[in-house]
Amino acid sequence: MGSYVPATPAEQQEMLGAIGLQHFRELYRDVPEEMYLHRPLDIPPGMSELEVSRSLQAMAEKNKVFSTILRGAGAYDHYIPSIVKYIPAKEEFLTAYTPYQAEISQGLLQSIFEYQTMICQLTGMDVSNASVYDGATAAAEAAAMCRDRKRRVTLVSAAAHPDTINTIATYCYGTGDEMRLVPAKDGKTDLDALRQLLTGDVASLYLQQPNFFGQFEDAQAASQLVHEAGAMVILGCNPIALAITKTPRALGADVAVGEGQPLGLPLGYGGPYLGYMATTSKHMRKLPGRIVGQTLDKNGKTAYVLSLQAREQHIRREKASSNICSNEALCALTASVYLAAMGPQGLAEVARQSMAKAHYLAKGLCAIDGVTLRYTGPFFHEFLTDLPRLDQVLAALEQAGILGGLPVDGGILWCATEKATKAAMDQAIAIVKEVLAQ
Amino acid sequence: MKLLFEKSVPGRRCTILPPCDVEAVELPEGLARAETPALPELCETDISRHYSQLCRQVHGVNCGFYPLGSCTMKYNPRIDEEMAALPGFTNIHPLAPKHTVQGCQAVLDTAKAYLCEITGMADMTFQPAAGAHGEFTGVLLIKQYHEARGDHRRTKIIVPDSAHGTNPATAAMCGYQVVNIPSAQDGCVDLDALKAVLGPDTAGLMLTNPNTVGIFDENILEITRLVHEAGGLCYYDGANLNAVMGVVRPGDMGFDCIHLNLHKTFATPHGGGGPGAGAVGCKDFLIPYLPKSVTQDGPGSKQVRSFTGNFLVVVWALAYLMTLGRGGIPEAARNAVLNANYLMEKIKGTFSPAFDRICMHEFVLDLSAFKKETGVSALDVAKSLIDYGMHPPTMYFPLIVHEALMLEPTETESRETLDWAAEVFRKLYDLAHTDPDWMHGAPHNTQIGRPDEVRAARNPVLRYTP
Repeated sequence: MGSYVPATPAEQQEMLGAIGLQHFRELYRDVPEEMYLHRPLDIPPGMSELEVSRSLQAMAEKNKVFSTILRGAGAYDHYIPSIVKYIPAKEEFLTAYTPYQAEISQGLLQSIFEYQTMICQLTGMDVSNASVYDGATAAAEAAAMCRDRKRRVTLVSAAAHPDTINTIATYCYGTGDEMRLVPAKDGKTDLDALRQLLTGDVASLYLQQPNFFGQFEDAQAASQLVHEAGAMVILGCNPIALAITKTPRALGADVAVGEGQPLGLPLGYGGPYLGYMATTSKHMRKLPGRIVGQTLDKNGKTAYVLSLQAREQHIRREKASSNICSNEALCALTASVYLAAMGPQGLAEVARQSMAKAHYLAKGLCAIDGVTLRYTGPFFHEFLTDLPRLDQVLAALEQAGILGGLPVDGGILWCATEKATKAAMDQAIAIVKEVLAQ
Repeated sequence: MKLLFEKSVPGRRCTILPPCDVEAVELPEGLARAETPALPELCETDISRHYSQLCRQVHGVNCGFYPLGSCTMKYNPRIDEEMAALPGFTNIHPLAPKHTVQGCQAVLDTAKAYLCEITGMADMTFQPAAGAHGEFTGVLLIKQYHEARGDHRRTKIIVPDSAHGTNPATAAMCGYQVVNIPSAQDGCVDLDALKAVLGPDTAGLMLTNPNTVGIFDENILEITRLVHEAGGLCYYDGANLNAVMGVVRPGDMGFDCIHLNLHKTFATPHGGGGPGAGAVGCKDFLIPYLPKSVTQDGPGSKQVRSFTGNFLVVVWALAYLMTLGRGGIPEAARNAVLNANYLMEKIKGTFSPAFDRICMHEFVLDLSAFKKETGVSALDVAKSLIDYGMHPPTMYFPLIVHEALMLEPTETESRETLDWAAEVFRKLYDLAHTDPDWMHGAPHNTQIGRPDEVRAARNPVLRYTP
């Protein structure tokens, strides 16, 4: 019964009449009879708004909402300031199409220009695009961007997020190019192995900072090796950490990418998220996706437009640098509002608190008999512990409304953000201690 | 308008976080960044006003008529948004244990069941984040299928010249050689041209139906049969599904895999260019090749992004699907087609349709004769519409029609709006004959006039520098 068709049945009949028809079937006269669906769809009848609301709330209630989340692994539970929820919900931002018509899209275009600027500030790079789908596809697109006729191989650190590794592998499979894994040693990319793998056909290395296990990579040394071999460096950085850590530019990246979800986007069972992607001026024209540029209008007034479109699929078709069309514009807007609300000091505070809390949690957990840190290098807000009885530990935490770390390689990968209170972490530590004491 | 950065005042801030309740930790030597990022320093009022000003410079579906062809700019119901914002969905970690995410699973299963029934497919993935991403996923199904059968000769994907640019770009990303075939005069597939290129090297055909000029290809069964006979598979670009949902199913037309744009057909908002969701469906023999996330589903296979995809967009689309249901889905399609035909009929007599016949959900105007007569181009007309409060139609697409304006009114527009739009077109038609200069200079009532795009490309300014 639900409908968003304004025309009443009487109006519909009159409109049909106005085009010289009587029945709707006549509108579909090109549809062969044998194919025309002569039966109703086998789905439930429509519902009123109230019924839809009840049904979906009932579904949402089947999920368990944890009061404390100590799990990251690519999706991070940061606090989202209230204003960050309201601004992207403004209908103009929400419902507009991609801003091809610059004259009636200045607000959107300016907001993307501001987003691009913020990404450049965080990464130290010169040029950012208007976003891609998520961190994994940003890495895969970057790998494609680094390939040329001679250099086709992409090296990927085995310490990167497994979803990212697999996504890069899929994109390589598409074009028929090779991806080779650089093994990890002690939770970090093995630089000796990297040196061996840097053959003349290598186009780029993808390295994650901090990596999947939370460890800081020696990215500078890796970059140096890669550049000496004539290849390019793609760094996938956590944007929150970038408030306080060295920029990808300073670490030697040619392309900086990453998962933008921590910048004000909800966990949302995996999406929509935001892939950020930035590079140096040198590689600007190889960057895929939409890019907003500043220019003047015919009267000399500052204006913003979608620019450098000669790279894109609607102009270049099969010769385009990517097929990307829709990206994650509203998520990019969300990230901009988040960064504006946090400001430079606030963002640094999120980074410092996340790091401090993760270290507090690690210290508390590792004080328990039987719990040890697997990797001892410096880490940001994630760390891997070895401990017995993983399943019981996680089940006991779940009972208390705490989502414990993620089981990874026989251990648990924990994460803490600024949202984890000392009290909640103390409770988690006590529960782990109790289970292991049994 | 001033940028956020130009409004920044050193020391100004929002107070979001409490002080840290655990001991601080210093970054190890050599890891700290040299200087803090130059993000703007603002208070909440500054931010609120800034974006309120910006959104006044944006034309959304809520502002007025938006007949942007091939983009299906239908109304985006707010209840759908409210459902996607339920904490029971937004606060769920993608790697939470399966037994704690049964609600998310129910959403995905229900949406899948509805959409498989609507499209005639056997299974579906929600991992792709947008239409083009769905195309990539779908064509990779075709690639894996041929490879699994040891059929390595199939190196070509056939794409009609009327196709959206993403189709050939996708085929190239999947390692295929693109074979462009010319369309027949009515924009439909030229069967002879198709037969001429089909062969043992054909991996597949990518097609929209209704096609990009808004015509349902009546030879569709013959087309898919020919491709199958040659050993290729048929990919359905779901960009134009809004015209036929609940009326005819891509699966019954003979397509093997499809993508849907949930952000077109199923009323999820375009967000100024995303997030979308490019659900990909397939027949049963392609199910083994659907993408899986390694962290969520155990051994991953050919995954195209992290986790489940744009889950909250699926919630949004499901709310829409549940609202319309069995009867509402075809009702929406029929009225989308009715509105397009009604508007075309009302515009006729001034601007000429490229194809003077019953159309589907959209139609293309051919302004080449009009331009020759008046000197006023499709671009001039599009820009002039802005001054009347209408979003321009899609311009200069598809490429097979010159001086094209493509209009897709969608089913959520009322007859009054269509009558008004036709009236505006008529006025502009007359104006082109009396005052073409006004139209060359349009728009006149916007914040900016026509921008200098050449300058933007030649001297790229892509970020703010103080």
